[in-house]
Amino acid sequence: MAADPIISLRGVTKVYGSGPTAFQALKGIDLDIAQGDFVAVMGPSGSGKSTTMNILGCLDVPSGGEFLFKGRHVETLDRDQRALLRRRYLGFVFQGFNLLSRTTALENVELPLLYRGEDKKTRYEAGMAALDKVGLKDWWDHTPAELSGGQQQRVAIARAIVTQPDVLLADEPTGNLDSERSVEIMELLTDLNRNGGITVLMVTHEPDMAAFARTIVHFKDGLVERVEQGVTA
Amino acid sequence: MLGTTVILAFRAINRHKLRSFLTTLGIIIGVAAVVTMVTLGNGATAAVREQISSLGANVLQLRPGQGFGRGGGGPRPPDFKPADLTAIENQLTGVRAVAPMVQSSGTAIYEGSNWSTTVYGTTAAYFEVQSWKADTGRLFMPEEEEAGKPVCIIGNTVRTNLFQSNDPIGKRIRIKGVSCQVIGALATRGQGGFGDQDDVVVMPIKFVQRRFTGDRDISQIMVAVDDAYDTSTVQTSLEELMRERRKVKPGAEDNFNVFDTKQISDTLTGTTTILTQIVAAVAAISLLVGGIGIMNIMLVSVTERTREIGIRLAIGAVAREVLMQFLVEAIVLSCLGGLIGLFLALIASVAIAPLMQVPFIFDVKVNLIAFLFSAAIGVVFGYFPARRAAALNPIDALRHE
Repeated sequence: MAADPIISLRGVTKVYGSGPTAFQALKGIDLDIAQGDFVAVMGPSGSGKSTTMNILGCLDVPSGGEFLFKGRHVETLDRDQRALLRRRYLGFVFQGFNLLSRTTALENVELPLLYRGEDKKTRYEAGMAALDKVGLKDWWDHTPAELSGGQQQRVAIARAIVTQPDVLLADEPTGNLDSERSVEIMELLTDLNRNGGITVLMVTHEPDMAAFARTIVHFKDGLVERVEQGVTA
Repeated sequence: MLGTTVILAFRAINRHKLRSFLTTLGIIIGVAAVVTMVTLGNGATAAVREQISSLGANVLQLRPGQGFGRGGGGPRPPDFKPADLTAIENQLTGVRAVAPMVQSSGTAIYEGSNWSTTVYGTTAAYFEVQSWKADTGRLFMPEEEEAGKPVCIIGNTVRTNLFQSNDPIGKRIRIKGVSCQVIGALATRGQGGFGDQDDVVVMPIKFVQRRFTGDRDISQIMVAVDDAYDTSTVQTSLEELMRERRKVKPGAEDNFNVFDTKQISDTLTGTTTILTQIVAAVAAISLLVGGIGIMNIMLVSVTERTREIGIRLAIGAVAREVLMQFLVEAIVLSCLGGLIGLFLALIASVAIAPLMQVPFIFDVKVNLIAFLFSAAIGVVFGYFPARRAAALNPIDALRHE
C-alpha cells in the first residue's frame, strides 16, 4: 500500500451544459486508489458516483482538475488515446450485462482480444481460460438468450478479465440479480481481486454488496463525503 | 486491423441473414438487370451484324423504285434491262462482280415430296457476290447460263425436304410444272435478316425469264465492289449511270434505289446499341436505388445497434475501427449482392438469349464494371452510416435502450 496509487484524482470537476442551465455534477473530487484495492462506491442518485466512474473508466473527461492513471495524465488524452488505454488496462462490467446478442459466450469474451489484434489460437485459449475462471467453460457456445442473468454477468466478467486488465470497473454488477446470484458474483469479484491482483472499482446501492469491498467511498452532492478504509480483510 | 474488421463484418452479416439478404436485394436486382440488358443487347447487335453481313460484304443492291416497297400511286418504275447489266459491267470501275436477279415462287416436287420455295433466276456471279459456295456438285457453266438450260442449284432447306439425306446431284425435280436437273447443293447459311436463306432454288436467269416471268426484265442487280475501291464512290457512279440510262431528268427523284449493305449494317447496329444503352441506363437507376436501400438499412442498423457500438467502444475499440466495421459490412453486402447479381444475370442471359434468337456473348468487361460499381456503391452509401456509428459517445450509446 506504500506504492504510488494506481488512480489519483485531484480537484476533479465536471460540468454538464453551459450558461444558466449548466449543472455541476462534480465539485472537486480528491481520491486515491491503491493498486490491488477493492473499492465500493456508494451514494444516492445524482451524487456524482456514475460521473466519477465514467471518468475513471476513461469514457469521459473531467471539466477541470487532474486524473492520473498509473502516473499518466488522462485529462489531456484524446478520444482514441483513451480508447487504447481502456483496451490495455481496463475491464468493464455493467448492470445490464451488455453482451452482444446472437453471439456465443466465447465470441463475446474474445471480442476485446480481437481489438487487440490477437490471433485465433490465442483468442480461443485466453477466451476459454477466462470462461473457466468464471465457471462457464461448458457453456462457451451458448448465446446470451440461452443463459440466465447470473451466467450472463459471469460471461461479462470473463470478457472484462480476458485481457488481464489492471483495473476492473463494475457499475452495479448485481443490480439485476437476486441475492443468491449477487453473492456468487461478489465472491467471484473478490477472488479476482485477492488472487488475480486486479484492482476492482464497483458502484453499488446495496450495503450488503459493498461489504465485500476493502474500501468504501461515499459520494454526496458531487463531493466525496467520507472514505471507509479496511472494511474487510 | 482490416482482418479484424472483416471478421466482425462477416459475423454481423451472418447473425442477421434475412436482413442482410433484404439489404442486398436492391443491388442483386440492379446488377442482374444491368448486366442482363447489356449482355442481351450486345447479343442483339452481334445478331444484326451477322444477318447483315450474310447479305454479302461491300455489296450494292440496285432496285427499281424508292425504298423497299414499290411505292403507292403513279406509274410503276420500270425494271432493269439486260443492257443495263452490260453497261454496269463495262462502264463502271471498281466492280468485282455483277449479278442480275429475278424472283419467283413455286412448289418443287421430287418423287413423293414437295416443298414450296423461292426461285431465283441469276448467273454464277450471284454466288461470287454472296461469297456462297456449293456444298456438293457445281455452279452454273457459262453455256448453261447462255442457253438458259433447265438446271438448278438448291439451298439446304430444299435439299433436306426433298431428298432427306440422299444425294441430290443429277436428280430431276419438277418446279412450277417444269422439269430441271439438280447440278449443285449450296452450303448452309442459316436464318438471315429476311428469313431462311437456305429455302431457295437457284436457276439460270434466262430459263426463269423464259418459263416463269415471260419477259427479259431484271428486277434486281447486285454489284459487288472491289475491295480496293471505296463503296460510296462506286455507289455514286452507279447512281449517275442509272439516272442517265433511265433518263431521269435533272432535279427529279431517282426511280431506282441503291442499298449499301454496310450502311444498313451500321444503321441497324447503331440503333441496337443506342437501345441497349437506354435500357441499361434504366437498369442502372435500379442499381442506384439499391445503393440507397443499403444506406437506409445501414442507418437503421446503426440506431438498432447503438448499444453494441457502445460496448465495442467501452472495451477499447477506437472510432476508426467502428467506422471500418460498418463500412466493411456495407462493402461486403454490396459485393455479395454484386456477385449474386452477376450470377443471376448469367443464368437469365443464357436462358433468354435463345428465346430472342440472339447469341449469348459473355462480356468480361461489363461484368467487371458492374461488380466494381456495386462495390463502389457499398463504399459511398456505407460511409455515412459508418461515420455516424463511429461518432457515437460510448456513455450515451451504452445507456441506449
